[in-house]
Amino acid sequence: MASSEMDRVATQADKTGSLARARVLRSMRWGDVVFESLTRTAAISVLLLLGGIIISLFIGAWPAIKTYGFDFLTTQRWAPSLKPQPILGALGPIYGTLVSSLLAMVIAVPVGLGISIFLTELCPHALRRPISIAIELLAGIPSIIYGMWGFFVLGPFLADHFQPAVIDFFADVPVLNVIFAGPASNLSLFNAALILAIMVLPFITAISRDVFATVPTVLKEAAYGAGCTTWEVVWNVVIPYTRVGVIGGVMLGLGRALGETMAVAFVIGNAFKIKASLFAPATTISAAIASEFAESDGLHQSSLILLGLLLFVLTFMVLTAARIMLMRLERNQGK
Amino acid sequence: MSNPKANPYYAGRKRVNLLAMALCYGATLFGLTWLVMILGTLVSNGLPGLSLDLLTQNTPPPNSEGGGLANAIVGSLMLTFIGVGIGAPIGLLAGTYMAEYGRHSKLTSVIRFINDILLSAPSIIIGLFVYGAVVVPMGGFSGIAGALALAVIVIPVVVRTTEDMLLLVPNPLREAASALGLPRSLVIRRVAYRAAKAGLVTGVLLAVARVSGETAPLLFTVLNNQFWSLDLTGSIANLPVTINNFVNNPDPNWKKLAWSGALLITFAVLSLNIAARVLGSSRNEK
Repeated sequence: MASSEMDRVATQADKTGSLARARVLRSMRWGDVVFESLTRTAAISVLLLLGGIIISLFIGAWPAIKTYGFDFLTTQRWAPSLKPQPILGALGPIYGTLVSSLLAMVIAVPVGLGISIFLTELCPHALRRPISIAIELLAGIPSIIYGMWGFFVLGPFLADHFQPAVIDFFADVPVLNVIFAGPASNLSLFNAALILAIMVLPFITAISRDVFATVPTVLKEAAYGAGCTTWEVVWNVVIPYTRVGVIGGVMLGLGRALGETMAVAFVIGNAFKIKASLFAPATTISAAIASEFAESDGLHQSSLILLGLLLFVLTFMVLTAARIMLMRLERNQGK
Repeated sequence: MSNPKANPYYAGRKRVNLLAMALCYGATLFGLTWLVMILGTLVSNGLPGLSLDLLTQNTPPPNSEGGGLANAIVGSLMLTFIGVGIGAPIGLLAGTYMAEYGRHSKLTSVIRFINDILLSAPSIIIGLFVYGAVVVPMGGFSGIAGALALAVIVIPVVVRTTEDMLLLVPNPLREAASALGLPRSLVIRRVAYRAAKAGLVTGVLLAVARVSGETAPLLFTVLNNQFWSLDLTGSIANLPVTINNFVNNPDPNWKKLAWSGALLITFAVLSLNIAARVLGSSRNEK
């Protein structure tokens, strides 16, 4: 359409018919107005999308909100088929979501920062791109593949080799022998956290690598010039300078981990009862929705939607915090 | 300068440094190991099942021999194609508004913020949204609902890359075109789009890669279908949900098919990712 308009302008101009030219100009002006309002409508539809998600979740969750109120957040029991009315509480899934995500961050943050330090300070130039692409490919693997792999390969491996060793090791240590209590299990909170850690690793690595690259070379050179070792430069110059950005990246990773569904649903075991041991099965909000929603109805379904609403609010807050921090970093750089 | 070895303080700092750097090497190795292990398992378990049957036969009933994934592959392609077909134009237009017409407006910064939230919103929430907004009013699971769920995921990806790529187009190009008398919409379509073409295509490719492995939003929007069906108003077979169902079943034949399907999906998604990256970087080096 655009090219035909241009051609028309050209041929019409040759003929120098002033009336025709006015007509073409008018049609172009119309095209302008139409195109601008199209783009504006599309842009506003992004806002409407978010509004629609919140409203639709709220409507779906309303029966459960009305029935359970605040008790929903403090009840651990999950009995969807109880008569006359099911007793449903979100404590188990909320606990599982928070603990699995936090544990994932405990594993992924040091590793992600380590990789970024390796990539920015240690890695030979020729290997820098291939290694960062390889790490970023981890983010490209679909989450159901992580779930399947965790279910068939990682879970049995951990249950046979890793978990028994840890359980034995901490058997006589108070507190830790409760957190790492037996029996070893193919499906557990710990497995879910480990899978989540692998999945958020590329996000943390990519962002911390990018913010590490914003440190002015002069600053680092000054520190090296004063005799600092590489580690001292990283610890005393690079990390303090980029702290806000790194925290932003970590929060972004946390936002991902909280909402991750398929990978977790396969390996966590879908147990609503809270156990102290990390090696026991548990469940998360998203895993509960994924495994029960298709066969649910009535109050049960509404409760699952309410779980979804809670998850959305939770990730919304975490992601907002992440964005604000990353924006602050950009402002500091005078962008 | 004194010899570092002579001074215990220097030696201690050096040791700390060495340890920290070794841990950084270790961390990188740790990250790469997972990639190699996952891809290795996929290839070793999925490769034996790759055959022509996989592409020509439909998914088999439980506890039977043979069969393939033809209906699931076609269904997935359809859903992805329609989802991107709906989502990408909206994303492109919205990104255009943010980078061109509304570059400095308050609306743009609000949209950018909301878009970033949508970009990382849990995909299962999108599934719940489409269930409430499309599946319930329409009275049943359908291919359209699934495609719409995917479109909702595509939009923020495309908005983000479109805005970023259009902002990279140098302003003198636009000014030159305007000076020649082109109206604003033609400046954007004929000049800015053309200058940012590789980047825009990259964004769409990334969006395709992102949705082609998505499972959670499809679970309760299209459901799944064991048979060949191209009817968008009913359930359609699709690869991710098929894999999901096959993994949850002890049938060895289904398990074998699930691994082959997983291999197909992963390599399709990873090659799309790499293609997008190559396209994106060739643009930057120019």
